[in-house]
Amino acid sequence: MAHPFRQTLQSGKFVITSEVGPPKGTNLDKMIHHIDLLKDKVDALNLTDHQSSVMRFPSLGAALIVKERGGEPILQMTCRDRNRLALQADLLFAYQRGITNVLCLTGDSIVVGDHKTAKAVFDLDSSQLLATIRSLEKGKDLGGSDLDGAVEFCAGAIVTPEANPLEPQLIKFEKKIEAGAEFIQTQAVYDLDKFARFMNYARQFPVKILAGVILLTSARMAQYMNKNVPGVFVPQSLIDEMAGAPKGQALAKGIEITGRMVRRLKEEKICDGVHIMAIGKEEVVPDILKAAGI
Amino acid sequence: MIRSITRQKTEAEIDQLLEGLGRIFIIGCGTCVTLCRTGGEPEVKEMKDKLSKKAKMVTGTLILPVACDNLTQEALKEFSPQISQANALLIMTCAFGVQTVARQMLLPVIPALDTLFIGKEKGLGQFDEICTQCGECVLGQTGGICPVTSCHKGMVNGPCGGTNNGKCEIDPEKDCAWTLIHRRLEELGQLHLMKRYQGPRNHQKEPRPGKYFVPLGERS
Repeated sequence: MAHPFRQTLQSGKFVITSEVGPPKGTNLDKMIHHIDLLKDKVDALNLTDHQSSVMRFPSLGAALIVKERGGEPILQMTCRDRNRLALQADLLFAYQRGITNVLCLTGDSIVVGDHKTAKAVFDLDSSQLLATIRSLEKGKDLGGSDLDGAVEFCAGAIVTPEANPLEPQLIKFEKKIEAGAEFIQTQAVYDLDKFARFMNYARQFPVKILAGVILLTSARMAQYMNKNVPGVFVPQSLIDEMAGAPKGQALAKGIEITGRMVRRLKEEKICDGVHIMAIGKEEVVPDILKAAGI
Repeated sequence: MIRSITRQKTEAEIDQLLEGLGRIFIIGCGTCVTLCRTGGEPEVKEMKDKLSKKAKMVTGTLILPVACDNLTQEALKEFSPQISQANALLIMTCAFGVQTVARQMLLPVIPALDTLFIGKEKGLGQFDEICTQCGECVLGQTGGICPVTSCHKGMVNGPCGGTNNGKCEIDPEKDCAWTLIHRRLEELGQLHLMKRYQGPRNHQKEPRPGKYFVPLGERS
């Protein structure tokens, strides 16, 4: 099976991915609108898997829709809700239906979501899920049995370059690469000088790194993330810039800032690409790309 | 010493469990629940007063020295006149005690507590869960700190992305186990252990319910 996203990663071009969050319910109109809007403007689209532990339409179903509409899906898979049997089965199904990119995540805790009394699974972690994919590719499942028809995935993972303390995070990062990650989409970064220092370290590994950028929509949102989202740090200068935007112009300012960051990451060749997260404002991703000169 | 850590059920839940049961015998324990202040003498007395105000007849109370011990059988026998007056036992011990009593008496047992975990007293009145009896001890690779128990997700390959300033994503009061393990392994000069990939765990090392027989030759 062809692996267009892997080819894109290896082509040397600056890679652009973005993401779409499936809805809570069966009305897919808005999600399909976002997919249609973005599928030809980015190299691949992530489909989030019960993001923040909130039950939604499944990422696998959303990835199939991206595929049906001619886009390139990156199936996000967390280890929170499925044990190793269910994860492997979903990987077989995904591959058989032409989904060839997977982003392996451990997953948020159950208690941050909307089903707070559910049982958390975590039978595997993100690095073990990556190793599982590489095992399935060799025609063996985790039970050691032979598969009749194997899989082949372009597999990725995440890292938090701003984690504190950083060192334990980097050990995990290296284990993910060793377990088979070909690409990394980072947690959101805002301090690009600091990120460039992370890249000086990360460049030694055989992995493509896409910097995560989250669209700021207000100064308050930036402050909220600083307080509540682990590993995300918006510098005060950007918060001030957002706060200084004229009334009603905060979103435009956020688009300008995100575009400026993407442009710098690309022009200075700091990393291999970007992953743009416009949580709830997917329709402005083309504006961000325009602001970045892409 | 390890302790069975308990929390009292809500009054509404206990009321519901006691619905239609008019005569109650209350049992506490002098060990773990006394330390946790969930089923020692003062708590049993308080429960007795509460039930009396709700027009229940408390036929008697008993604080077992160690409810999970086999001697419980003897202690219960001594109180059998008062126990036989009751139509249910309200048991303010951990679930080990509840089950020990239930095996001895043909009376409905009502647990007044929820058993949270097997823990160790860290400081006065502060208990931490440090072992979940997973059957596959990894402490040799983790500086003696258990990630299966102390990491909210039980991760064995390092921290998740939710770790924040050395704390856990679910509670800023909880330490991130992997921050502690990393620090400890660094102090021990054993960071190479954390860099080693750990495969999926065997969750059926001892399939539930656990059962173990000391080999015959070693039982004397």
